[in-house]
Amino acid sequence: MNWLTSYVRPKISALVNRKDMPDNLWQKCGSCSQMIYQKELELNLNVCPHCDHHLRMPITARLEMLFDGGEYQCIELPQPAVDPLKFKDKKKYTDRLKEYQAKTSEKDAIKVAHGKIDGRMVVVAAFNFAFMGGSMGMAVGEGILAAAKLAVVQEAPLVTIPASGGARMQEGILSLMQMPRSIIAVDLVREAGLPYIVILTDPTTGGVTASFAMLGDIALAEPGAIIGFAGARVIKETIREELPEGFQRSEYLWDHGMVDMVVPRKQLKKKLGDLLDLLMSKKPKASVLQLADKSEPAELPPITKA
Amino acid sequence: MSSLHILDFERPVVELESKIHELRRLSDSEDFNIADEVTKLQAKIDKQLKSAYTNLTAWQKTQIARHPDRPHSQDFINGLIDDFMPLAGDRAYAEDHALVGGIGRFRGQSVIAMGQEKGRDMASRMKHNFGMTRPEGYRKAIRLMEMADRFGLPVLTFVDTAGAYPGVGAEERGQAEAIARSIQTCLNLQVPMISTVIGEGGSGGAIAIAAANHVVMLEHAVYSVISPEGCASILWRDGEYNVDAANALKITAQDLQSLKVIDDIVEEPLGGAHRHPTQTIAALGDTIEKSLISLSGLGKTELKAHRREKFSAMGQEGLVG
Repeated sequence: MNWLTSYVRPKISALVNRKDMPDNLWQKCGSCSQMIYQKELELNLNVCPHCDHHLRMPITARLEMLFDGGEYQCIELPQPAVDPLKFKDKKKYTDRLKEYQAKTSEKDAIKVAHGKIDGRMVVVAAFNFAFMGGSMGMAVGEGILAAAKLAVVQEAPLVTIPASGGARMQEGILSLMQMPRSIIAVDLVREAGLPYIVILTDPTTGGVTASFAMLGDIALAEPGAIIGFAGARVIKETIREELPEGFQRSEYLWDHGMVDMVVPRKQLKKKLGDLLDLLMSKKPKASVLQLADKSEPAELPPITKA
Repeated sequence: MSSLHILDFERPVVELESKIHELRRLSDSEDFNIADEVTKLQAKIDKQLKSAYTNLTAWQKTQIARHPDRPHSQDFINGLIDDFMPLAGDRAYAEDHALVGGIGRFRGQSVIAMGQEKGRDMASRMKHNFGMTRPEGYRKAIRLMEMADRFGLPVLTFVDTAGAYPGVGAEERGQAEAIARSIQTCLNLQVPMISTVIGEGGSGGAIAIAAANHVVMLEHAVYSVISPEGCASILWRDGEYNVDAANALKITAQDLQSLKVIDDIVEEPLGGAHRHPTQTIAALGDTIEKSLISLSGLGKTELKAHRREKFSAMGQEGLVG
């Protein structure tokens, strides 16, 4: 190390690596290993154009995809106590937080948005996996609770989109306490008679799965997402056996009765809209009523005998 | 105490105890007075125990909390619940022996009591799956809690688990859903619920039966989102840092009380519950009775509201000061 490498080179690279040059123009698909042009990947909702593998999706892109015209508003979330444990491993938790805040320009791992989906007001609480692995601490619990309260006030359905490795260890027992806390949120929505739908994305594990994420009136999952309680490695070490094919993937969960549907990302908005319509607009639409009122039946197909 | 389970910091005490034992043996065979010597040694033991037990680290407490001679859920149930009738099964798949539960009388009052049981010897440990509950156990807990709700019986739970069982079958049968549903059931009960962490409060497996009106911990019990070993291997990338992880995680009863996560601590006799199980069980009984009395003024909806308020405040602005 000399002054050339430690001083001059960073300065030069700072000049060269301007922000308008995106870091990675190409991304490798985790499933088929093909290189995908970043722009193409984004246009394809982060689904591999070669093999349909669903890559993780940035939170803003996901919200844009779900809301009509990509329009939504995020609510400001209350600031919970910061680092009450004064947690420190190799690094201070507060430093780690700052790092992720700088990296993601977000305060924590959740965003609460509201806007229209198929013309209907919906509240969405979405996890940001890029922020400390979407881990659930007090701020996330606060977010879910705020989302639920907003849904109740707006008489809107609540949709949660977990993407999380589980509880945020650095908040110790207080992160564990977000499990009952998030369940209280779900119960507020339930008691108001409003639908609560979960869209399980890759990955949804640990304390997040074992709380609000498994309590949806209806549970949708994206193809191939890892969804489970215990980590595969922990299970493998416990039972000392190979895990079954497709273990803890969406399709496996569907097979075992744990989710209602596995929905490809491109159909997610429509499926969600349709479900909410069925749950929220229970009476037949006016035009349908008129038809039913007609004294003469509509033209029936002729009955033919085989 | 069985000599197989001596904790490092208890070694000097155990040595003194064996000296007393030796003296007693000698005095049986030869005729000489040992009373003075025994009193002296006993005083020494008490002093040693006091100094060891007043400054326990979080890791030492973890070891005590896992001590195999500590009273387990079944011991608390046997000691505190009269006419106990064990109830079994989730009515869907199996009976999970990792979670024992049933109906009985606590100081005259009919209650539902349950808890994770780790087992004592190898055979019973296997039977109880080392206290690691599978989905069926949580679904049995849900069934019992719902029954308690219907009949207006208080629910007492004893938490003692390393965590929910991590296995293929458990995952396939919805471990996460079972835990979530069990927490939800706790929260919505319209009867008093009192939970005590008697040993190890291991993460989701513990909170599944501990979202209660009053949460109590024994003095040397621990309660954590992850085991110190697990945390060390993830954050320090080295399981050897379990002592640091135990400290950082704030898992002791004393830490948790100052974080306002638990309501009460039951003192253990000098030298821990594993030396004096009967006294510990009785002391917890008194605390549970007091808790029940303090909750007796609350109506059905107030009991649920009390729990909801308590847990939705955990993490709010300004909670911890």
